Formats: sequence, structure tokens, C-alpha cells
Amino acid sequence: MSTTTVEQKQSLDFNTATFENRKHKPEEFAEIANEIRRDIIRALVRAGSGHSGGPLGSSDIFAVMYFGGYMRYKPEDMSWPERDRFVLSAGHMCPVQYSTMANAGMFPKVEMGTLRKYGSRLQGHPGRDMHLPGIETSSGSLGQGISIAVGMAMADKLIDKNDRRVFTLTGDGELQEGSVWEAAMSASHYKLDNFCWIIDNNDCQIDGRVPDVMNVYPIDDKCRAFGFDTIVVNGHDYADLMRGFDHFLDNQRNGTGKPTCIIARTFMGSGVSYMSDKYEWHGKPPTEEQAKAALLELSEAP
Amino acid sequence: MTPTLLGSKPTRHGFGDGLVTLGERHSNVVVLGGDITGSVLTSLFKDKFPDRFFSIGIAEQNATTIAAGLALSGKIPFFASYGAFCALRNADQLRISVCYNEANVKIGGGHAGISVGPDGATHQILEEVAFLRTLPHMTLLVPADYEEAKKATIAMGEMVGPAYIRFGRSPVPLFTTPDTPFEIGKAQVVREGNDVALIGSGALVWECVLAAEELAKKGIQARVINVSSIKPFDFATVTAAARDCGAIVTAEEHQVHAGLGGAVAECTGKNAPVPIEFVGVKDSFGGSGEPEELMEKFGLTWREVYASALVAMQRRDKGSTGVRAIKDVATYQ
Repeated sequence: MSTTTVEQKQSLDFNTATFENRKHKPEEFAEIANEIRRDIIRALVRAGSGHSGGPLGSSDIFAVMYFGGYMRYKPEDMSWPERDRFVLSAGHMCPVQYSTMANAGMFPKVEMGTLRKYGSRLQGHPGRDMHLPGIETSSGSLGQGISIAVGMAMADKLIDKNDRRVFTLTGDGELQEGSVWEAAMSASHYKLDNFCWIIDNNDCQIDGRVPDVMNVYPIDDKCRAFGFDTIVVNGHDYADLMRGFDHFLDNQRNGTGKPTCIIARTFMGSGVSYMSDKYEWHGKPPTEEQAKAALLELSEAP
Repeated sequence: MTPTLLGSKPTRHGFGDGLVTLGERHSNVVVLGGDITGSVLTSLFKDKFPDRFFSIGIAEQNATTIAAGLALSGKIPFFASYGAFCALRNADQLRISVCYNEANVKIGGGHAGISVGPDGATHQILEEVAFLRTLPHMTLLVPADYEEAKKATIAMGEMVGPAYIRFGRSPVPLFTTPDTPFEIGKAQVVREGNDVALIGSGALVWECVLAAEELAKKGIQARVINVSSIKPFDFATVTAAARDCGAIVTAEEHQVHAGLGGAVAECTGKNAPVPIEFVGVKDSFGGSGEPEELMEKFGLTWREVYASALVAMQRRDKGSTGVRAIKDVATYQ
């Protein structure tokens, strides 16, 4: 026994992410989400570039989705054919997905330090060619991941007729891409109740507030009009997030024929006070000093 | 020596029939419809395998990306539309979701070239070969006739990886048989000769054959090569033609820039630089008209291939940097 590094130990501690071992109580997610945030900060500061705001803001969503038993997977074998699928349509938010995956035990946590470096499996935007366990598809050109996820859900529901769940997460600025709505239309046309679309509604994009750049509101009415069973939740309230995902599970279990849309209201950069709700933090990493302050704040958090 | 004309049939029928064969052979072949299933003949598959046909409507970006999702879940999805809409409108989806993913997606691009006819320039795609052949992992096939289109369709369905097939609306001469060899990555020598190489793709291959017959009357033996596999490209066959003949004409129903002609120039420029003349659409859009009329107007017949062969040989005989004796092919006509 012996040479387990701190990172590996941490990784093993959190290696309880299988769906058999799901967390049931909202308060259990806080610690995981905090660790996901800390790993995002550490990775970004080493990378020297990348997106801070979106990943931090959606950490609570990822904690619940991956650790709440909603996604069924085996972290040690992400080629397990029956695993549920998650497609990150907003590819630039990959630091949160990498961090969640590492904390779930899909790959060694030390690898987080290679984010955005040459040869790394942790590409600046997810690259399927790097074969990182848990990355189902390349993404980064906005509006495409949701269509890929619809294609996967069609394969499961219409052709293979299995009970797999397909999740996808888009941003809210991403809704400005017209093809998102083509995808939405097809999900309800084919009655994909195995399909769960999460919108990270932080109201920020690179150039400013979403409605100032190009108004996408009302989002919930649009999603309902496109045939989605739409539920709006507080994206930082674990009980509320669980309510959203439970709603999706009910839809699938009861065969309602309706795809689910969870609109998660979030604050960009949440957990780090100087970043919170500031769109300027969409696409840049913290400096060393800023990272120290962020990590301190996160370690003191409840 | 010269292939015989066996009839006339649109290449799109070869695609439609090939798809049905694939459907019979492989249960995981599925087809996505883009509303014009009767035009691109995916309707044949739909009628035979309704459970494996999915209508996506007029949404080529979505269809291409849904196809990627289906492929990542182990299906072999075909999506077909007019090449005007399923090669460039969805260019980013092809680049990221299909090719970067190495997703096993197959695209059928119909109504290619000006031979679409009366529909006019918007529907006459003349630029997609240039784009598609720059995509890493992409296989790009441009069959010359019905039989070859059928074989190419089956071959692309049975290989693993992204692939695109280009086919046309109007009937074109049929000169290959079910027994004629076809292989992805191989060009076929249709006619032997060592005086000049006429390298064509699609409907222009037969025009090269006709030009070769005219050249033969002058005692010039042209080698005619059918490059139906634009990517992967058959460097060996084209390099050998350049070395043996020393002069090349390329002919395609596409812009002269960066299509088959570009591929031949890249190959010979590196391996065996020789004079090349390019027959194709010269940096212009198409227009309405009858297919044959348009092929004449835009200079895509055997006459241009013939004239260009004489120019290429003249340039060769004066040395590869020689001045062009016939500056304008149009004047020659």
C-alpha cells in the first residue's frame, strides 16, 4: 500500500458516484459542489486561460446530475454500454464537466492540471478524439450538442427501445443559435420523454447581459411552446434541482411522451464572490492571487 | 478500348437503389429525410423500411447533427438532401459534429452541378467538393454513372467513418456495369493512352471519353481516368498518368477552383509537375435553363476537354513553362 497521492485519495473519497450509491439528501451535495468548484479554480489558474464563470455557476447542477443518481454510469468503466449519456452542448463550460468527472472517479484527479495543455485529454473544448472516459462527443460550436443528444435519444427510444436517459446542457446565450430550436422541435416531434434538456440560465454571455445582446426571453414559454414539459428551478438550491430531475424521471417512467426542460436559474461565477453574476468572468481564468482568494472563500464555505 | 454506351440514367437512382441494398444487408442502417425524399430517392428506403426512416423536416443543420448522435449510438445514419443544402449550410456541423467526432455519418448530396437545370443558381451546387475534401476524416465520392453511384453508396455504408456522395438529377450516360471494379481510394482507367491524360469526375468522365475519341481521329491516344473517389485520392494512378502522358486535362461539373482539378494539381505539383488545363465552371454561378443547354453554355462538354487537351499538349511540347498557344478556349470554339 502506499503511494496514494492526495489527489488520488480525494478522487477515491468521492468515488461513490455510481447510481446505486446516490445521494438522497440535498445537504449532501454542498461538499461535492464545493470540491468541484475548487478543482475548476485550480485547473484554470494552471491553464492560464479558459472559462471561469459558467463552470462555477453550474457546479451545483453538475453535482446533482452526476451524484444524485440521475445519471447511471460506472466511473471505472465509462464504455459500459448501458450508461446514460450526457452531452455538454455549451462546450466552453467543460471545466465543470471535467471536474465533476474527476471527482466521480472517471479519471485521475491529477490530470486536471493538464487542462488546455498540448496533448492533454482535457482539451479547451471537449474533443472526442482524446478518448477521455465520460466525454461522449466533441462540442464547442454552440447549438450542436443538443441535436447530437436528440439523435442519441432517438436511437434509444425509437430504434433500440431501451430505457437510457439522455441529458444535455446548453447555456442561455446559446439559445440565440437557431438550430437549438430545430433540435427542440424534433425532440417533441418524436416524443422523447427519455430526453432532458437543462438550460443554465445565468443571464450572461461574453458581450453582456443576455437580453442586451439578443433577447431570448421568455425562455420557459418558448420551451413549452416547443412541446417541452418545462420546469424552472433555482440552480443553486439542491432540493429544487432534485425536484427538476425527479420530474424528468417521472416523465420517462410514466411514458408521457414529453421531453423535459429544466431551466436552472444560476449566477455566473457563483461561490466566488468577486466573480458572482459578473459577465466579465465568462471567458477568463483567475490570476494566482485571485485564485488564492477564491480557494480560501470556497474552503470556508459551509 | 473505349467503353461503350449502355444507356442513360440519373446517378440519384443509383444512390436510392444502393440505399435499399444497404437496408437489406444491415439492420442498423437508418435514413433521415429532409422533406425532398422523392427527389433524392431516399423514398425508396422509406417505403421498404418505414421503421428505420425518420423525417427531420427542412432543417439540414439539425439533421446532420442528429445523424452524428445516431452514429455515436451505433447506427449508420444516411441523410440526403440537395447538395446545395447538405454540404455548406451544415458545414460547421459536418466539421465539428461529424468529422471531428469521426462519427459514422453518411451524407447524400443530390442535384449537384448545373445539370439540375431550370431551378437555377441557388440549387446548382458547384462549390462543395472544394470544402468537403479539406475536412479531416471525410471520404468524398463523385460517381460517374448509375452503376457506380450504386456501388459507391453501398461502399460508403460499409466503411466506417464520415462519407459524402455527390450525385445529380438528370440522366447521364451509363457506361459501367455491375462488374466494373469500384474501390474507395482508387481511380479507374477508363481508356488507355499515353499522349495526354483526361481526368474527369461525375458526368464529365463520359465527356472525356467522347473527347478521347475525337482526339483519336487525329492520332492522339488519350488516357481517360475516372476519379470517383476524390478523397481518399488515388495519388499513384494520377502520378503515373502525369509521368506517362506529360499533359493533363481535368474536367468536373464544379468550380475550377479547389475541386478535382485542385486535387490533381496538388498531386502532380508534388510528384510530377506537368501542364494542366482545367475544365469546369469558371468562377461564376449557374442559372436557369435546360441541362444540356447549360452544359454547353458553361463549357462542360467534350469540346472543351478536346480543346484543352490540345492546349495542354502544346504547353508540354514547348516546355512546362511555355506560353499558352491558345489563350482562350472560347475563341477556339
